[in-house]
Amino acid sequence: MPAHPNRTLRTYSLLFLFIFLRPVGNLALAWGTKHFPQSLSVNPSAYLRAMLDPFVALGIAMLILSVLTRLALLSLADLSFVLPVTAVGYILATLFGQVFLHEQVTVQQWLGTVLVFLGAALVGSTAHNTTEYEEASE
Amino acid sequence: MKWILLSIVVCATALSDILQSHEMKRAGEHSVGARGLVRLFQTIARRRMLILSIVCLAVSFFAFMALVQAAPLSFAVPASAASFIIETLLAKLVLKEHVGARRATGALLVLGGVLLLAR
Repeated sequence: MPAHPNRTLRTYSLLFLFIFLRPVGNLALAWGTKHFPQSLSVNPSAYLRAMLDPFVALGIAMLILSVLTRLALLSLADLSFVLPVTAVGYILATLFGQVFLHEQVTVQQWLGTVLVFLGAALVGSTAHNTTEYEEASE
Repeated sequence: MKWILLSIVVCATALSDILQSHEMKRAGEHSVGARGLVRLFQTIARRRMLILSIVCLAVSFFAFMALVQAAPLSFAVPASAASFIIETLLAKLVLKEHVGARRATGALLVLGGVLLLAR
């Protein structure tokens, strides 16, 4: 039984929304926390003040929205489909780190990031929802 | 410190994802439209395991916040992909999803990538 076209369209719309929200949210969060004067791992009481930083707040808002988007996505597709496809965010995070935060990214780190992405893309090309119906070609 | 933070992120994320997937499958299809969101919140309030998954998500998030502060974004985000390997195993063992040869190969590539990042 093939997937319903509407269901596929909804699945991919949510997927693209999620792919946009998470890396941009992560970038805002990283930007905000890195410019925050206190260390959060040493001083957990600083979390509340850190969250008042506009960049941290923006990052958190985008990430919360991405979580809600993903909950809806999980009601349409399997976790083992959702996770790998959204892994394109790992490449975007490394790129954003290098471009916007001026991080040194070695060739080996890029290779690692690309391997993560390739593995994810391979997994993403399999059936969307195996617990509800079985696809003939597996 | 960054390895402790990363471990917390990875374990809490994996647990949260497994609980979320399990509960949302049982809850049926949802969307994030205006009416969909209301129904989504109702579902969250009704399902206890979903609330637990959100607690795990909060733990993972606060650890992640400290991680992106202490470590480069280009390390923090791809290294947190380690949760994906644990999740693929749990998806097969706990959620009984079908994990074929392609998915298994993909998961192994991800593992290789994370190992390269770790060095």
